[in-house]
Amino acid sequence: MDSYLTLLSFGDQGWSDEIAWGVLVTVTLALATLPVGLFIGFMIALGKQSEERSLRTAADIYTTIFRGLPELLTLFIVYYGLQIGIQLILKLVGLQGAIEINSFVAGVISLALVFSSYASEVFLSAFRAIPKGQYEGGYALGLRHGTVMKKIVLPQLIRIALPGLGNLWMILLKDTALVSAIGLTDILRQTGIAARVTKEAFLFFGIAFILYLVLALISSIALNRLEAQGKRGEQRQ
Amino acid sequence: MSYVTETLVAAQPAPPPPPKAWAAARISGTLLMLFWIAALAGLVFYLYTAWDIDKIERYGPKFLSGLQTTLTLVGISIALGAVLSLPVTLGRMSKNPVIGGLAFAYVYIFRGTPLIAQLFLIYYGLGSFREQLQAVGLWVFFRDAWNCALFAFTLNTAAYQAEILRGAIDSVPRGQWEGAEALGLNRIQTFWKIILPQALIVALRPYGNEIILMIKGSAIVALVTVFDLMGETRRAFSRTYDFQAYIWAAVFYFVMVEALRIVWERLEARLTRHLKR
Amino acid sequence: MRFTKGLMAAAASLALTFGAAQAQDMMKLKIGTEGAYPPFNNLESDGSLVGFDIDIAKALCDEMKADCEFVTQDWDGIIPALLAGKFDAIIASMSITEERKEKVDFTNKYYNTPPAIAVPKDSDITEASDAGLSGRTIGAQSSTTHSNYAEEKLSSAELKLYPTPDEYKLDIASGRIDAVIDDVIVLSEWLKSDDGACCKLLATLPIDPVINGEGAGIALRKGEDELREKFNAAIEAIRANGTYKEINDKYFDVDVYGD
Repeated sequence: MDSYLTLLSFGDQGWSDEIAWGVLVTVTLALATLPVGLFIGFMIALGKQSEERSLRTAADIYTTIFRGLPELLTLFIVYYGLQIGIQLILKLVGLQGAIEINSFVAGVISLALVFSSYASEVFLSAFRAIPKGQYEGGYALGLRHGTVMKKIVLPQLIRIALPGLGNLWMILLKDTALVSAIGLTDILRQTGIAARVTKEAFLFFGIAFILYLVLALISSIALNRLEAQGKRGEQRQ
Repeated sequence: MSYVTETLVAAQPAPPPPPKAWAAARISGTLLMLFWIAALAGLVFYLYTAWDIDKIERYGPKFLSGLQTTLTLVGISIALGAVLSLPVTLGRMSKNPVIGGLAFAYVYIFRGTPLIAQLFLIYYGLGSFREQLQAVGLWVFFRDAWNCALFAFTLNTAAYQAEILRGAIDSVPRGQWEGAEALGLNRIQTFWKIILPQALIVALRPYGNEIILMIKGSAIVALVTVFDLMGETRRAFSRTYDFQAYIWAAVFYFVMVEALRIVWERLEARLTRHLKR
Repeated sequence: MRFTKGLMAAAASLALTFGAAQAQDMMKLKIGTEGAYPPFNNLESDGSLVGFDIDIAKALCDEMKADCEFVTQDWDGIIPALLAGKFDAIIASMSITEERKEKVDFTNKYYNTPPAIAVPKDSDITEASDAGLSGRTIGAQSSTTHSNYAEEKLSSAELKLYPTPDEYKLDIASGRIDAVIDDVIVLSEWLKSDDGACCKLLATLPIDPVINGEGAGIALRKGEDELREKFNAAIEAIRANGTYKEINDKYFDVDVYGD
């Protein structure tokens, strides 16, 4: 038991500081992906309900591709391929120099690509749930498209889309575990290294398990609060 | 048919539709479509230039065997998961606090943690319990990486399938249960003959989603020495460092997922054709 | 007119500083290494890199009067990372093989050691050959000459690939695999330590020049001939002035340079 406590301590002998660093990387990765994914997903959803057929098809192709590929494969393709692709483009244009895509950026990009394709579906169904009358009322008042979107549609949209987006956030937290495969020092990789070096695989992977559960618990409490906040204007049945 | 329409005003063709303006939507739509077409052309061109008959001959059969491994692994784990999900669903719907609590904990744990963490815990974690498992005679099973993957996937998909089934059963109107009770059917008969068939129709789409998610999630077994499609891809890339290995893997996975999605949509349309107005 | 003149002046000064920067004497080099292959390169728990490869790299950099910075990279992605420009050279016990020469250039070798097979102490495997390992499982690190050797010469055995040696060590200790194949020095060092108490060395295998290559060299991007000549000259120099022997003896009882 003593040895377990030593292994789990902070400092040189223990692994807790490495694992704490892993938690930081996981949370930072998820938080960095969220705004990018939400923004792209929102844009794609706008594109999907446009009257312009080419825009709709282009948006559909985007979601079909990124929902059809395994996340691990998207991650590898972005990590190995994006660097090669950027170098090719730079060579074609004639510029020299190296733009480096490190694992964190590759992780954010691939997770955002996948998150945004699922988020666009959530936004789309939320858009469909808003009555046409809201738009018409806004236009009747003389407001422009952008103002109608910002002041009238968006608040309702967020409230309707929140459960779906909350689900996607939980999935995102779990998907961050994949970046351990490209060398990023997240929870799974740090516990994996600890497990390998100390040979206490069950202890450290069990800790990883518990840490993910804790993150999920905190997230669901926060999301419940957000949903309750959003619903405070609704009448009690 | 009046004087006006027949003699004074001859029939005219409909006015031509106004020319579509080059609004922002149209410009961005066209640009994006051009981007996708260029990407597709680039992909085909890349595969054409990178085509190496030696590599295809050498790694093609391996890719196909990896594909078979993936499909077998996913198929068996989904089937076993379906069987396991039944008691879990019943547990979730039970009024008994102990059973309900256990079922809730099971579902929460397996849906709240990443599949890859579950796989590593079972593969590496149980490896450190080798003596205990050997004493019970289970080591023979857990020694093989494929079995560990199957075990982890079954547990995971059972949790998700339990939630799908529970949501579907909940969606069946209360009136169905009451009607069955009025007819004198007991709970088991009600469940199998009245509720479950209706619930399965609702559950069809989420089940299809779950199968697709399992196929995509199965890619991670490549990280625990199982040579499924992703594993063979990584093996090919590690020897040739040729990026087209990943592109071919993407093509395989994409075709698999899309085919499954379309088949499932047809299946759902056919099974719910009695509900269409 | 004034604006364009100012712009041209700015561009000219920028070009001059660029040229001046090129002409500085301290060459900056980024060296890529794995950090999970003791005793050649390993990451200590405090984050520092140690090992034979690291010391050789530092000696070569001193010889070339270069300012070297080490970058760790997973073995599977180390060549793509080199090609993508993440670092300028790989010094990580990478064997010089024809297959790899298609993607990268190599300097001359800086050591050459044969492969070997290790098995659990209570194993009943007697022969380190295709027949002796028939039907067993053998583990190796992926993307190495050792995994290629197992695939081609030991094909009756089932091959399992691992991202780093640590993982196959875990699996052989837990009995998931019956044997492992890797460099003889790597296995010997492991077997001497507490972790390796489970196992013993079965046999050293003869070097196959096609599969195992001509020894471990430094990998560079194709076309970097000037850098390659610099490295070759530096390797010659440290061999001649005794630095190589000093580093060799610090880690090993035998001469790893080979013939």
